[in-house]
Amino acid sequence: MPGAIAQGLIWGIMAIGVYITYKVLDFSDLTVDGTMATGGAVCVMLMLNGTNVWVALLCAVFAGMIAGLMTGLFHTAMGIPPILSGILTQLSLYSINLAIMEFKANQGISVTKYPLIVSQRNVRQMSINNPIFKTLIILAVLIGLLYWFFGTEIGCSLRATGANEAMSRAQGINTSIAKIIGLMIANGIVALSSALLSHYQGFVDVNMGRGAIVIGLAAVIISDVLFGKIFRNFALKLVAVAIGAVIYYIVIQIVLWLGLNTNLLKLLSALIVAVFLAIPYWKAKLDARNTGKGA
Amino acid sequence: MLDLKNICKTFNAKTVNQKVALNGITLHMDDGDFVTVIGGNGAGKSTMLNAIAGVFPVDSGRIIIDGTDVTGLPEHRRASLLGRVFQDPMTGTAATMQIEENLALAARRGEKRTLKIGITREERNVYREKLATLGLGLEDRMTAKVGLLSGGQRQALTLLMATIKKPKLLLLDEHTAALDPHTAAKVLTLSEQIVTENKIMTLMVTHNMRDAIRYGNRLIMMNEGRIILDISGEEKKNLTIEMLMDAFAQASGETFANDRILLS
Ligand SMILES: Nc1ncnc2c1ncn2[C@@H]1O[C@H](COP(=O)(O)OP(=O)(O)OP(=O)(O)O)[C@@H](O)[C@H]1O
Ligand SMILES: [Mg+2]
Repeated sequence: MPGAIAQGLIWGIMAIGVYITYKVLDFSDLTVDGTMATGGAVCVMLMLNGTNVWVALLCAVFAGMIAGLMTGLFHTAMGIPPILSGILTQLSLYSINLAIMEFKANQGISVTKYPLIVSQRNVRQMSINNPIFKTLIILAVLIGLLYWFFGTEIGCSLRATGANEAMSRAQGINTSIAKIIGLMIANGIVALSSALLSHYQGFVDVNMGRGAIVIGLAAVIISDVLFGKIFRNFALKLVAVAIGAVIYYIVIQIVLWLGLNTNLLKLLSALIVAVFLAIPYWKAKLDARNTGKGA
Repeated sequence: MLDLKNICKTFNAKTVNQKVALNGITLHMDDGDFVTVIGGNGAGKSTMLNAIAGVFPVDSGRIIIDGTDVTGLPEHRRASLLGRVFQDPMTGTAATMQIEENLALAARRGEKRTLKIGITREERNVYREKLATLGLGLEDRMTAKVGLLSGGQRQALTLLMATIKKPKLLLLDEHTAALDPHTAAKVLTLSEQIVTENKIMTLMVTHNMRDAIRYGNRLIMMNEGRIILDISGEEKKNLTIEMLMDAFAQASGETFANDRILLS
């Protein structure tokens, strides 16, 4: 169970990135499936080559931001629809990630030789080295920063772009720039999560981001269902998303205990997310039918 | 001052759906002019306003607002010169943001947005006063999401947003058409009040002939992408609906057709 919580928290960071694109910017960004491996690849490879851990982490975030920039340019400068823009970057990232990892599908990094920020080994330890504790601190700082940023003039223009693009342009906002900034921030956050995940598990795998968008959406949806009505404040909403990711991992853990084949996990996740995405649609349809009857 | 010089715009050029929406529009407006615009369905009224705002590029002609040639500028770069209120109350505001946040966005129109806080305490006080002038009680709901407001409240708010930073030109495109008659009248009165108090140059499209005659100092009528009638001063004050209908028939050789036109 502590393992599920630690993993959930790390994926919660990624889910916050998904929340920014999906909810704030209203942009379904599939880049994240690629970025969720890029961050780890950059961080691990740099560390294996002797770079300081914090510098490596910063470079990972930077790499994620470039991925976001790429998707943003596909969309705004080349007129490609959001989903396709993300898919194109995601596909390119597969090659890029392999290239970063010196064309190996995975690269290990040992906690005994390298100063990893978080590690699976310490998950039951009652000390500041516990990955749960450390990830919580990182989450708190991240949420604080985002809360500040989305309250600034630039942050407000990003939120406005997601809420109503035509109105934003009428108010003088360059919505293309706003989307690019949002995508860069979101993918930077996803890359941070990716780097931490590679530390946590002690390796980076080119496939580790596959389906990340679905996990992110699951976390966002769980948070919406459980806390949507009570958490109105932006910072609390982000907290809820992180909790959503933890709940997702706990549920997955339980399902695995109950004997589900690991290979079927992605199918299960996808179906659950599909159903939850459908709920608002079904509800609207049902309401329409009921009012139709009433009239 | 506004100068439209021979503006042409064809949608879907060289296809079967080709549609000449603006066919050589030339219009000069002086500062303080309040021009009402009427015309049948598809006459090109919205297209003219959208062309001024830069929603799409025009095919030919020049658009000069207050001495600045904006013809080639993207929409967001001319926003500082313009205030806009749209027909659909949903279009002018960000539903998921607070009333005060919407105002703060509008107050920064045309300014460089920085990492300074998006809304300051002093601003809030200013907004509270401005909202109070609307007489809708919105000053007590400044942190409410705009999505919770009624259509009329949203249009009033959009109007305030459009003028909170005085624009060189205010564009109103049937901004009361989606409202019930009572609310429409209220928003219209409010519009006139704001326009005359601040002496804002205004182009107002309406499908209500009586409103077109009653408001503003000048009236233009459009048909098939052209301005076919331009009446101002004393002549406008003495206009009647019948005279407008006759003028339309004479200028276009057809009878006036707009399924939403209000003659009353
Ligand atoms: N984006 C567009 N693409 C294609 N055709 C368009 C577009 N916008 C407007 N048109 C066409 O251009 C013509 C003028 O439209 P416009 O919306 O300016 O009319 P209007 O005078 O505002 O009419 P209404 O009173 O119905 O609002 C119409 O034939 C319309 O179908
Ligand atoms: Mg129109």
